[in-house]
Amino acid sequence: MSANKPHLSLLLILALTATISGCQLQPSPPGPDLYQQLGERAGIASIVEDLLFLIVDDERINQAFRGIDVKQFHRNLTDQLCQLSGGPCTYTGREMRELHADMAITDTQFNALTENLILAMEQNQVPTGAQNRLLKALIPLYPDVRHL
Amino acid sequence: MTRYIVMTLLALLGTADASAKDPGSRIWATGGVTTIEGSAGGGLVPWALLSGYASDEEWSGTINLSQARVDDYSLSVEAASLNWRNRIELSAARQTLDLDTLGFVLKDNVGIEQDELRQDVFGLKVRLFGDVLYHPWGQWSAGFQYKRQRDFTVPEAIAAREDSGVDLLMGASKVFFASIFDRNLLLNGTVRGTRANQGGLLGFGGDRNNHYQWMAEASAGLFLNRKWLVGAEYRQKPDNLSFADENDWWDVFIAWVPDRRLSVTAAWINLGDVASLTDQQGVYLALQGNF
Repeated sequence: MSANKPHLSLLLILALTATISGCQLQPSPPGPDLYQQLGERAGIASIVEDLLFLIVDDERINQAFRGIDVKQFHRNLTDQLCQLSGGPCTYTGREMRELHADMAITDTQFNALTENLILAMEQNQVPTGAQNRLLKALIPLYPDVRHL
Repeated sequence: MTRYIVMTLLALLGTADASAKDPGSRIWATGGVTTIEGSAGGGLVPWALLSGYASDEEWSGTINLSQARVDDYSLSVEAASLNWRNRIELSAARQTLDLDTLGFVLKDNVGIEQDELRQDVFGLKVRLFGDVLYHPWGQWSAGFQYKRQRDFTVPEAIAAREDSGVDLLMGASKVFFASIFDRNLLLNGTVRGTRANQGGLLGFGGDRNNHYQWMAEASAGLFLNRKWLVGAEYRQKPDNLSFADENDWWDVFIAWVPDRRLSVTAAWINLGDVASLTDQQGVYLALQGNF
């Protein structure tokens, strides 16, 4: 009758989890054109500037950014995104885990920052594919920022 | 009830301007849409995502109206859900299946006058661990759906054993960023322990099989951008009644998520044979509001 049904369910789930873990084992580095698609360092600097304006207006996270050195934050984050996207920059700021150690960042705050970054990229006409590739490069920082 | 939901949806639409506070902080479309059983998911298959947009410091809710029209049946669903801190999802749905053709068949052949079958579904889903976007293993959830069939005369006549039942659900969902064509890909797998016939609308258990069986359900969706999601779903089904064969379900869907307050889903669904009427295909439309 339907003796093969539980078998099939298991196979499907196994196939899915294999896909999930398989994709995680080989993180592909962003291609050389991501940096260009973001508008090189000047384009990234503009994205980060718009991101800062969005953060200031966002009551979910603006308290967490109070008292930062805005100029230094802008330079460090621009360098970091430039480096992550394959550009010729070197991030010279503090290590991410150490930097966020005492901040107790919540998922709500992390989501709010992700949202604002996407909106800032949209404001700078970054194509959807390039937005996704930058997000993919940033996702591995999640455990460091959340201090998990 | 339908009128109330429509009015609430319109009210939500009216406030959907930039100044209105968003109904939660999770990223657009990561609450999925509403299944015909009220749980967050696609149209036919529940996902491991929790409904709405509540993140870990928030709560949120959804209301949903959907309708499926296949060759010989139409199904209307009114559903609502609450999400507490992206940890617990509570949902309720009322399904009304208009028997259309089958109503005449029943009247002529067995003398039963029944033009609709109704069912209530109450669901609980818990996010066990992970996050659909950020965790390397995705997001894992487990839950159940308690189903109460409200018009049992017909199911009883075709040898269904119970008028209520519990489906057990366990699943995983994950978004792969910059996947096919650099688009974000959502994959989901669910196993369901169930005795339900046609989701429970034809009762639970039967003369051919009366035990729980584990069924596989899977779906995949590709985000064209953050507002448009296209995909497909597959749902394996038990076959408990000798009265008529029951087939697996599948659908292809497109969902539009203009902002966090609203989503509109359209699908082509194939339910296979349903209660002796063959090859039931048709359209599915759903409108969801979030608060």
